[in-house]
Amino acid sequence: MASGKSIMVDTSRCTACRGCQIACKQWNVLPGTKTKQTGTYQNPPDVSAETWKIVRFSEGVKEDGKPYWYFFSEQCRHCLEPPCVDAIKGYVDDGAVKDEKTGAVLFKPKSKEAPFEEVRTACPYNIPRQDAKTKSLAKCTMCLDRITNNMLPACVQTCPTNALVFGDRDAIVDMVKKRVEELKKTYPKAKALNPDEVRVIYIVTDDPKKYHEFAVA
Amino acid sequence: MTNHYIDMKNSDVILIMGGNTAENHPIAFKWIMRAKDKGAKIIHVDPRFTRTSAQADFYAPLRSGTDIAFLGGMIKYIIDNNKWFDEYVKNYTNAPFIVDESYSFNDGLFSGYDAATRKYDRSGWKIKLDASGRPERDLTLQNPRCVFQMLKAHYSRYDLEKVSSITGTPIEDLKTVYEMYSSTGTKDRAGTECYALGWTQHTVGSQNIRTMAIIQLLLGNMGIAGGGINALRGEPNVQGSTDMAILSHILPGYLKIPVASLPTLDDYLKKNTPTTKEPQSENWYKNTPKYMVSLLKSWYGDKATKENDFAYSWVPKLDDGQDATIMSAFDKMYEGKIKGFMCVGQNPSISLPNAQKIRDAFAKLDWMVHINIFDNETPSFWMQPGVDPKKTKTEVFLLPAAASMEKEGSMSNSGRWVQWKYLGEKPPGDALSMGEILVRLMGKLKDLYKKEKGAFPDPIVNLQWNCTDAKGAYDPLTAAKSVNGRFLEDVTVGDKTFKKGECVPGFGFLQPDGKTSCGIWIYSGSFTADGKNLMARREKTDPTGLGIFPEWGWAWPVNRRIIYNRASVDENGNPYNPDRAVLKWVDGKWVGDVPDGPWPPLADKEKGRLPFIMKPDGVASLFGPGMVEGPFPEHYEPLEGPLSKNLMSGQLINPAIRIYTKDCDKIARNDPKFPFVCTSYSCTEHWCTGSETRWQSWLTEAMPQSYIEMSKELAELRGIKNGDKVKVESPRGKIDCVAMVTTRFRPFKIGGQTIHQVGVTYNYGWLFPKDCGDTGNLLTPTVGDANTQTPEYKAFMVNVTKV
Repeated sequence: MASGKSIMVDTSRCTACRGCQIACKQWNVLPGTKTKQTGTYQNPPDVSAETWKIVRFSEGVKEDGKPYWYFFSEQCRHCLEPPCVDAIKGYVDDGAVKDEKTGAVLFKPKSKEAPFEEVRTACPYNIPRQDAKTKSLAKCTMCLDRITNNMLPACVQTCPTNALVFGDRDAIVDMVKKRVEELKKTYPKAKALNPDEVRVIYIVTDDPKKYHEFAVA
Repeated sequence: MTNHYIDMKNSDVILIMGGNTAENHPIAFKWIMRAKDKGAKIIHVDPRFTRTSAQADFYAPLRSGTDIAFLGGMIKYIIDNNKWFDEYVKNYTNAPFIVDESYSFNDGLFSGYDAATRKYDRSGWKIKLDASGRPERDLTLQNPRCVFQMLKAHYSRYDLEKVSSITGTPIEDLKTVYEMYSSTGTKDRAGTECYALGWTQHTVGSQNIRTMAIIQLLLGNMGIAGGGINALRGEPNVQGSTDMAILSHILPGYLKIPVASLPTLDDYLKKNTPTTKEPQSENWYKNTPKYMVSLLKSWYGDKATKENDFAYSWVPKLDDGQDATIMSAFDKMYEGKIKGFMCVGQNPSISLPNAQKIRDAFAKLDWMVHINIFDNETPSFWMQPGVDPKKTKTEVFLLPAAASMEKEGSMSNSGRWVQWKYLGEKPPGDALSMGEILVRLMGKLKDLYKKEKGAFPDPIVNLQWNCTDAKGAYDPLTAAKSVNGRFLEDVTVGDKTFKKGECVPGFGFLQPDGKTSCGIWIYSGSFTADGKNLMARREKTDPTGLGIFPEWGWAWPVNRRIIYNRASVDENGNPYNPDRAVLKWVDGKWVGDVPDGPWPPLADKEKGRLPFIMKPDGVASLFGPGMVEGPFPEHYEPLEGPLSKNLMSGQLINPAIRIYTKDCDKIARNDPKFPFVCTSYSCTEHWCTGSETRWQSWLTEAMPQSYIEMSKELAELRGIKNGDKVKVESPRGKIDCVAMVTTRFRPFKIGGQTIHQVGVTYNYGWLFPKDCGDTGNLLTPTVGDANTQTPEYKAFMVNVTKV
């Protein structure tokens, strides 16, 4: 089997324009939900059945006294060995699938027959969410309908700074390695997050916990 | 922009100051990242740590309204540390010129000031001329009255300690920025500056930009790849609308507006056509008569003849000294002196300062016509909270307009690239393109004037309307050709002959005698003589490798992508930086970008030309007597500020700004009731007043309600927690919004005291969504830049309390 597909999420290039968040909603015909300003740029506050991609914002002060503001364009990691699929398959055969050609991990309508909390906690990245009406589970599909038709995932297509790059997994893994080496010259803490376990590989330049509680497994 | 978006990838150091590129120009940031990939350093200087700061290699804070102090300190640093590009400064700027004795500067005031009128007599701010009428000069730059020494003396007061005490920027941060940026004063390095409304929207806005122009000239950064001063404009085609003169002080193509004291065309041309005695200066504006007469021919065709002054008397004229800019117009509307208002694609209820004054002014109108793709708070002002609609007499007409994708035409981006676009989808329902609306309106007006005459029908009934097809409908291609210009009879220019009716293939072919017409001289050449639309080109070839792409669209002027590019070469035509050569003189001709004129390099004493061809002297002005508040930029405090005394001089505010005095134009200065500096801005997710984006559920989901950003220190002082509802108040109004308590704002140390700064948005209004809050412009003062009247949205005083 070919190596499938991967996405590099280089947070060091992200400007948090949230084009990816909006493009995801547009392509996947997801609704805008009612939100409130709660004292942060991050909105909606979390991923949901209506929001498969959000940019997380986290801020603080660095050792040199200057502010930092980290952006984390959150989505399903499309694990090589997805524990969510195993969890669902424990209850229903046709509830989730890993696409053979691309490696995209997909929930199907019958995922509603699996206990949601169990699936959610099986995911080390806290990604699966449940549709309140249909009870089916929902998350990023890697835009399977686009990538099997020679198109980029909607989020990657819209990214103005190449913070998101899509391609064959071998090439992306290679690109990630090179980028991390490059970044280490300026940011000694630069690293890729779980690159051997996931298809959506994040690069950070500081402690991943400073970006998001579930940034790294 | 002197350069263009893609060119930012050629920079070694990019200073973003007076702007928030990542948030307000997200696509532009693509090219900044390309530069960064090649090792460029990004600096962001801003009161608030933004999404731009997060991507910068170095961030420095400064208090709103103190940019000239910050940059004046950089000028001092460059001179004190010999960082300037000596050859460039001596050959291409007025640094060696001797300043006349009539000019002086004392304690914040330049010579010639009249406090009663708040105006300068600028006649004394001039360069000394020798017997032949050329500027006197000292090429050693040692004469104490030469521009360079005067500049040095002027900014000698801007030392690190004083600059830091005014700006609140720590001294170490100042030093770091100065060192990083002035490293581009060498031949092989390029520095560029990106600004936006963070520089223009101050009472010293134009001088903010001029201070940077001085820095760029000292460092030899003008005219080169990766250099320049780049105004990132926020609206699609706002560059195009400026080129087409949607401002009250210019005619299309930046020709000067006629005024009442210039009653004949001859008077106008004499006043506005500069002359020079400098043998190697091209003095491009000597061509003004060609452009003005061609413009009049495009408006009045056969009715414009030499005998009737080409119909100059039909063109409306401002009274001398009349201010017809938007704030003064609304001041008159507030007085009840304006009866009707036609508003196109705007939302002044939200976007103009002291917004309640604007909304109250609307109620004094008899009628308002609003043309837009959505309803907004302007045509619906009579439904604003707290107002009884029955008591509003104004009759409002809302005309539905086509959106940008629903019409064909040209789009001009900030980098002067003009790109043709096509209709994507027909406008819905009764919506029409703006062009079609104007064609129909003008047709009706002409009919009415023909039928009913009126006081002065000539300008209306004789107006040509060369923008329609055979059936009389608006046709963008015909309009664009009128803008480009046509030969009105057979014309021979040099060795070329053109036939009547052909397009003018460049403004070099325009004529002063009525044989050509041209709607906007700088757009001449966007079509070839046989009518090929160069704006529609899409070739991806890039011969220089600098991202110039000469056959992608078309750029004004004459497809030149980097203006003042003759300053990128030495006097023999060799590029200062051969690795990023914009131009090179090879075997008797220029290779690279379209040069600023065809003449050989400067070393050819007969035919060679100086690089700054738009200036009568041929060189750039470090000493710039054209500005109304002084030939050297000077730090003044904003109209409203936290200080009672300017730490730099005895002049607290810009001496030449206009002060508005209506009952609602209240001011708070060093006032304990309004102790906090406030600025206003837009976020990525909404566009300007939000009148288009607030109807879009994905965008309101991402940024649902108005907010105020403030430091943790200020929040603690006021007992405010993150997410609390707070009241923000200025002497002019108040808004409720959500507190965003952040480490990205920090208190400043100003003149020994702690000063807090906050920031509010202007993206929201009461119309929709219902709970989103209202505009920050209910707080901002009616006051503008002394040269342009651009409102001071970026620095004013407020109080903040928990609700």
